[in-house]
Amino acid sequence: MSDKKEALFSKKNRKLLIDPLNDNNPVTTQVLGICSALAITVQLKPAIVMAISVLAVLSVANVLVSLMRNLIPSRIRIIVQLVVIAALVILVDQVLKAFVYDVSKELSVFVGLIITNCIIMGRLEAFALGNTPWKAFLDGLGNAFGYGWILIAVAFFRELLGAGTLFGYPVLEKLGLYEMGYVNNGMMILPPMALVTVGIIIWIQRYKNRDLIES
Amino acid sequence: MDVNKNSYTFTFAAIMVVLVASLLSIAAISLKPFQDKNIEAEKMQNILTTVGVEVSREDAKNAYTKNITETFVLNNKGEVIEGVDAFNIDLGIELKKSPDEQMLPVFVGQNDGQTLYILPLRGKGLWGPIWGYLALEEDMNTVYGAVFDHKSETPGLGAEISLSWFEAPFKGKTIYEGNDFVSIKVVKGGAKEDDMHAVDGISGGTITSDGVTDMLAERLGQYVPFFSQKLSELNSELDSTTAVVDSSLTLNTIY
Repeated sequence: MSDKKEALFSKKNRKLLIDPLNDNNPVTTQVLGICSALAITVQLKPAIVMAISVLAVLSVANVLVSLMRNLIPSRIRIIVQLVVIAALVILVDQVLKAFVYDVSKELSVFVGLIITNCIIMGRLEAFALGNTPWKAFLDGLGNAFGYGWILIAVAFFRELLGAGTLFGYPVLEKLGLYEMGYVNNGMMILPPMALVTVGIIIWIQRYKNRDLIES
Repeated sequence: MDVNKNSYTFTFAAIMVVLVASLLSIAAISLKPFQDKNIEAEKMQNILTTVGVEVSREDAKNAYTKNITETFVLNNKGEVIEGVDAFNIDLGIELKKSPDEQMLPVFVGQNDGQTLYILPLRGKGLWGPIWGYLALEEDMNTVYGAVFDHKSETPGLGAEISLSWFEAPFKGKTIYEGNDFVSIKVVKGGAKEDDMHAVDGISGGTITSDGVTDMLAERLGQYVPFFSQKLSELNSELDSTTAVVDSSLTLNTIY
């Protein structure tokens, strides 16, 4: 640990927050969390709610594990991480069901799926175990945002091109595109197109930043 | 302290498990009453929707007592089982019993001066259970309204069964063709416009759509003795009341 006290938003800390948004994005660069990117990006609304839920779980789990980092026996650290994540997710689910029933219905199975999101465990294992709580918190926020924006971008295109709506609002119909003979692309709502859309984002990203291209 | 000693590892794990378990059980138990209230209100809301009464979850209880006038429970021969509260029957449990032992709830509702019979449904979707309520008009044939819901179908695909674009076309469909019970089918690629026993399926949600088809056929099938019974009652009533001239017309459309 450094002797000087580091500023809360030092350059290094800002990097923790900003890097995962682009060059070190958990979805496009590390290719984690693909399963949920595929499952819940048919519509924008669940994608956004999922992004927020992951944000909450990831930042809190990161801080908790970071606080316990010197106490966790290394042989069972994965189990400990999993228990922390699962406990948080179940807690969130129960609270949602009791007080914001509609949101909990909207999320349905995906609250549970947060447990299996590799990004969360990846960050706990790779970062929170070796860093102070504040840094872990920033890292959690950064990665959750990095995950979230991809999710929302993919959902935007899939809902718009697949169903012709945004947040359920019939955008294309209002624009009069159907009268001009436009037809929704039904394939966009099928799971494979989520991967293709993510693939296109990865392509654009690597085209702009050649350093990311694997040799 | 050596955090890698076996004894430490065991102690750590034990303490962690006990802590997390108690935390979660406390949360689950203390939140249960709130959750149950939501679920009960939602059930009332769903039942009311099938008879065309849209209320918020807060008003569901009042509207339910007002609009749902009678409930009873049947067996699959159409006989009333006494002493059971229809509202509290869990179809998830009933479905595991053999058909002869199942209890079949019926809710009788009123709207626009019409008597409507609401039948609860339950079946299998892609990822988990799906359920719903179907309201039949007095002729035991015409659908007045339907709602569906699900535990964990995919949003945007199977989960669309709980949206009005899927539910609304059920209104006016019929479950009998002549004297034969045919149920209502959810058809992939869209139902023919003049088909009185089919509605449009969901693109990308075929398994859930098929689940709805199976659920309707299986659940409504259990009520067939009850339907026949009601119809013959209706017939004899009409025969005895000569004053109701128009009724023969209505009957013709049924048979």
